[in-house]
Amino acid sequence: MEHYKMNLTLKVWRQKSKDFKGHFETFKVSDISSEMSFLEMFDVLNEKLVAEGKEPVAFDHDCREGICGMCSMYINGRAHGPWHETTTCQLHMREYKDGDTIVVEPWRANSFPVIRDLVVDRSAFDRIIAAGGYISVNTGNAQDANALPIDKQKADESFAAATCIGCGACVAACPNTSAMLFVSAKVSHLALLPQGDPERKTRATNMIHQMDTEGFGSCTNIGACEAECPKGISLENIARLNREYIGAVFSGSKD
Amino acid sequence: MNWKQSFSTSIGKKLQMSLTGLFLITFLLVHCYINAQIFYQDGGTRFKEAAHFMGTNFVIRTVEIGLFAFLILHIVQGLLLWAKNRSRRSVGYAVSAGNKTSPWYSRSMALLGTLVLLFLILHLSKFWAPNRYSMTFGSGELDLYAMMRDEFQTTWVVVVYVLGCIALGWHLVHGFYSAFQTLGLGTHKYKGMIKAIGVAFSIVVPVIFALMPVSFYMHWVS
Repeated sequence: MEHYKMNLTLKVWRQKSKDFKGHFETFKVSDISSEMSFLEMFDVLNEKLVAEGKEPVAFDHDCREGICGMCSMYINGRAHGPWHETTTCQLHMREYKDGDTIVVEPWRANSFPVIRDLVVDRSAFDRIIAAGGYISVNTGNAQDANALPIDKQKADESFAAATCIGCGACVAACPNTSAMLFVSAKVSHLALLPQGDPERKTRATNMIHQMDTEGFGSCTNIGACEAECPKGISLENIARLNREYIGAVFSGSKD
Repeated sequence: MNWKQSFSTSIGKKLQMSLTGLFLITFLLVHCYINAQIFYQDGGTRFKEAAHFMGTNFVIRTVEIGLFAFLILHIVQGLLLWAKNRSRRSVGYAVSAGNKTSPWYSRSMALLGTLVLLFLILHLSKFWAPNRYSMTFGSGELDLYAMMRDEFQTTWVVVVYVLGCIALGWHLVHGFYSAFQTLGLGTHKYKGMIKAIGVAFSIVVPVIFALMPVSFYMHWVS
């Protein structure tokens, strides 16, 4: 693709902290290369702001290669921008043309309070993982990997669920701010493997309980999460989580 | 957590919506079958027989109590979920994804459901309520066939009925699939089939219902 340069208008959400009211601030950026990533475009903006003695725009980022789950921008109404199965850091400026206006907002959910500008606090996800996203492993030497035969299809499905990077785009995209796609991915990748079996029932109930405690909304099977997920986590995981939960609470244990 | 407490969690509430929804879907099927008897063109003989059975049979009348209980649970729980979900995002987005990430009807279940409810209030006040009142306090069963024939001569009534059926159809397109997804059946194996049956149900049943007032209005049935 031909390289070109563009001038853009950015409308970026600015907010000092979660207790302050936020507002949009308009910036003009010029000579943006079509080969830059979206975050590099923000680097250019921030360098300009720093040179002018102004406060740069705070945004989350880490690996910049689409695997860490840190970047989190809501770009022109889309979580991680318009590209399918792409994180913000992998969105490139060739998507845009000279003169475009881009509106950039943080993930908006009461369970993800804004820390500053485009940075939100996603520690609610960590607490959900802590509530049940673990397995019991004996200490000592690691067992031989082939000691436990695992069905190929289950291994594949488990791996697909485990690709969830916990970025929170599902919550951001959901009209209900539901975290079901995230929780279902975390429950699924363990529920499909024999190693996840001992805590299977308590995992489903505890993680759902924590999800509700964190104040995420209820899933109404809209599917915007699946459409926006940068890792293509399927709604089938939510069906599996529902089965796991129903199985856990209605099976013949003491409670 | 015991199984009773589980009904108050987010998945528990979904389950209530799913199970009551499936019950209401079953009811629609029965209601549609009974009322479609008018299309026999026999002056309402078969329809009246069926309506008499439904109105007087002990089992059916008992199930009717359950029907109202489930209907009210579905409405109340649905509206509560809608209100609660809306409160989870205090600061909304300046730009929304619209239909790019999800179909409009899946995001409009509360609105569509409310439209169906408003239609239902009109519908019950025209047929069910007067008939039950007459059976309890008056001179017995009313001639529902004659009532349909008379009511559906009024243009606005027919228009409201057709609009009610359209709202019901869109509510069902998402509701049918969603009920099974909540039960955990939205797997690779069944998802396509459930969606296809759901769309077919959401078109066929409301169209048959809508044809009833339209047929009386157009004098297609006599």
